[in-house]
Amino acid sequence: MRIKQLLIGITASVIAISSYVEIAVADLKFPMLVYRTGAYAPNGIPNADGFVDYYKMINARDGGIGGEKILHPECETGYKTQVGVECYEKNKKDAMVFQPMSTGITYQLIPKATADGVTVYSTGYGRTSAANGKVFKWIFNAPVTYWDGASIAVRHILKQNLGNIRGKKIALVYHNSAYGKEPIRTLQTLSKKHGFKLMLLPVDHPGQEQKATWLKIRKARPDNVLMWGWGVMNQVAVKSAASIKFPMDKFIGIWWSGSENDVLPAGQGAHGYKSLTFNAPGDSYQVHKDIKKYVHDKGEASGDGSHFGTVLYNRGLFQAMVQVEAAVVAQKIHGTSKITPAMYRDGMEAVNLSAARMEELGFKDFAPPFKNTCENHGGSGLAAVQQWDAKAKKWNMITEYMYGDSDVVQKLIAEDSSKYAAEQKIAERCN
Amino acid sequence: MSVDLLNFIETVLNGLMSGVMYSLVALGFVLIFKASGVFNFAQGVFALFAALTLVGYQTGQVPFAHLINELFGTNYHNWYASMPNFLAIILTMITMIALAWIIERLVLKHLVNQDPIILFMATIGLAFVLEGVGDLMWGSDVKVLDVGIPSGGSTWLEEATIGLAAEGSDYYGMYIDVLNVWATVIAVILVITLALFSQYTKTGRALRAVADDHQAALSVGISLRTIWILVWAISGFIAMVAGIMWGTESGVQFSLSLIALKALPVLILGGFTSIPGAIIGGLLIGVGEKLAEIYIGGYFETGALENWFAYVMALVFLLFRPQGLFGDKIIERV
Repeated sequence: MRIKQLLIGITASVIAISSYVEIAVADLKFPMLVYRTGAYAPNGIPNADGFVDYYKMINARDGGIGGEKILHPECETGYKTQVGVECYEKNKKDAMVFQPMSTGITYQLIPKATADGVTVYSTGYGRTSAANGKVFKWIFNAPVTYWDGASIAVRHILKQNLGNIRGKKIALVYHNSAYGKEPIRTLQTLSKKHGFKLMLLPVDHPGQEQKATWLKIRKARPDNVLMWGWGVMNQVAVKSAASIKFPMDKFIGIWWSGSENDVLPAGQGAHGYKSLTFNAPGDSYQVHKDIKKYVHDKGEASGDGSHFGTVLYNRGLFQAMVQVEAAVVAQKIHGTSKITPAMYRDGMEAVNLSAARMEELGFKDFAPPFKNTCENHGGSGLAAVQQWDAKAKKWNMITEYMYGDSDVVQKLIAEDSSKYAAEQKIAERCN
Repeated sequence: MSVDLLNFIETVLNGLMSGVMYSLVALGFVLIFKASGVFNFAQGVFALFAALTLVGYQTGQVPFAHLINELFGTNYHNWYASMPNFLAIILTMITMIALAWIIERLVLKHLVNQDPIILFMATIGLAFVLEGVGDLMWGSDVKVLDVGIPSGGSTWLEEATIGLAAEGSDYYGMYIDVLNVWATVIAVILVITLALFSQYTKTGRALRAVADDHQAALSVGISLRTIWILVWAISGFIAMVAGIMWGTESGVQFSLSLIALKALPVLILGGFTSIPGAIIGGLLIGVGEKLAEIYIGGYFETGALENWFAYVMALVFLLFRPQGLFGDKIIERV
């Protein structure tokens, strides 16, 4: 009995000491809110794998950031807002940045992180008006926001219709959540501006059953359908659109509705489906070569390595790269490798990912350049349209990166953020 | 005929077809509830597990590959390139029977004579365990399931109905997904087979005897454990059929387990102990939710009635006929 107790004691001590040593050595903590289980796991896993592989590569190739290893503890949220908030509370101590990977969680973390002095980076999702750095000091959503996305999609439709969409009908099929509702305001404004009729079609979580939604579309015959979906909702929507023979080149998803997962179950029916994107597909970039060399070839790949080069994996790489770059910039600004969360925020605000810098980081032509400023936390606002080739089973970029309608978007951002500032009694900065 | 009327008929038809898909899940619940009084919360996960296993066999995926590779530093992913559908379905059926046996040995055997709520809680636990095991065995990726069942809108129906609209009206035919038609055919075959099995075979009669009275069945020498394994195996088979249909429609992924939630209102309407009830309940729910979404959904700002209207119907039914349309009326003499 005593020997057993002794062994348990020794084991517990070893675990305690080893975890202490790990924290002491790994100075830069980048907690990850992931969903590797549950209904949204097929999207959560490749994205999380992209993050982990990039962090591992930086640790292996460069010895960390300025010599400080990256620690990336994972916390499983299951895409549930409440669990995401608990994960934040559990991991916020000494955390450099949180990437909530959910608009619902982001909304909850905005006031908390602002009070705690922790950076939140919601890459191309979350609260759009957080792009206004004057109000949202700790929140970043570069390189592009949902409102940019909505106006870029409309711009693409405008181009296809020689600049005139008056009288046309555009339907928005959206996840009935904070995320899915984000573009509505912008689309309503754009519908007044361009004279198109907007049809709103919410789909409840998880979106497994959408027959009535697509019967409505079949009956109303909109000229274009936009989609703000996630998880199974995307697959069912693409398949349903193909089933009712809706022209797939008139069906455009936001960048979270444009992964391989979303189109493969529909087979050939998905051919021609479009989505917006702010990063390129493929696995031939320098960053992929480095990850292969320093991570995968050493048997250290996150998961089984099968998501390498997929859309959501690549997005994870991009997100992780921006987060690491913010730490690099923070170290330069403050002249120390041992940065604090406050210093990290300064770094994020000064991130300048020019084309040359992207090339240096192994991301040449991977995404459009962008920089954050005190006023602008929303990046360049650029996105392109990609189209699914069902025969070759790959996404092809079919447009250049383009801007949205900045007149409309900036006005809406100013309105929404001023309202938030008044509610929260936040004094505007950057003056 | 007016286009509005044709659209109404189309909505009803599609509702009926969706209802059949719900009934396929509800059937598994009814069978287990009838035979053992257990409300099997894990039925949705059964469907998911069966579909995952089927795709795994079809594509030659090594079960627990991720775990094996992690533990032993190996790099196994696939045994073989592909397996014929028929063989994969047979193997999946065998797996579901084995699963039923394991559940009986590890869970049910130890809970004989426990309160129904204990058994219900056990099935909730079972659902989570099975979901986790499914994830470990086959991974969480979205999987394409193709067993050769055609899908997509029926061109024949479109062409046949296009002329029904009044001349000059803007109508281009009625829509029905061929996959749903197949689901209906399969559900009909399934129900007839189940009815014949329970009516005309010795095992079927034993099954009904257990469903009527456990004690009486035991007293005439019917093995309760064998019947339980049998019933769980049959509902495993039904889950496989449901998994194939739903998996073909949306790809095999973990949200498939949530289809069980759609079976609940079906059971409340049809009754927990009636096979025809599961079918009629499914049809009513399917039609009700589609009509609600299309004809009154526009009046709700938040919309998305399709997902929750079934529960409104179930609640209304609970108020007026708690035992459902075909369920046994509960009469307790004091």
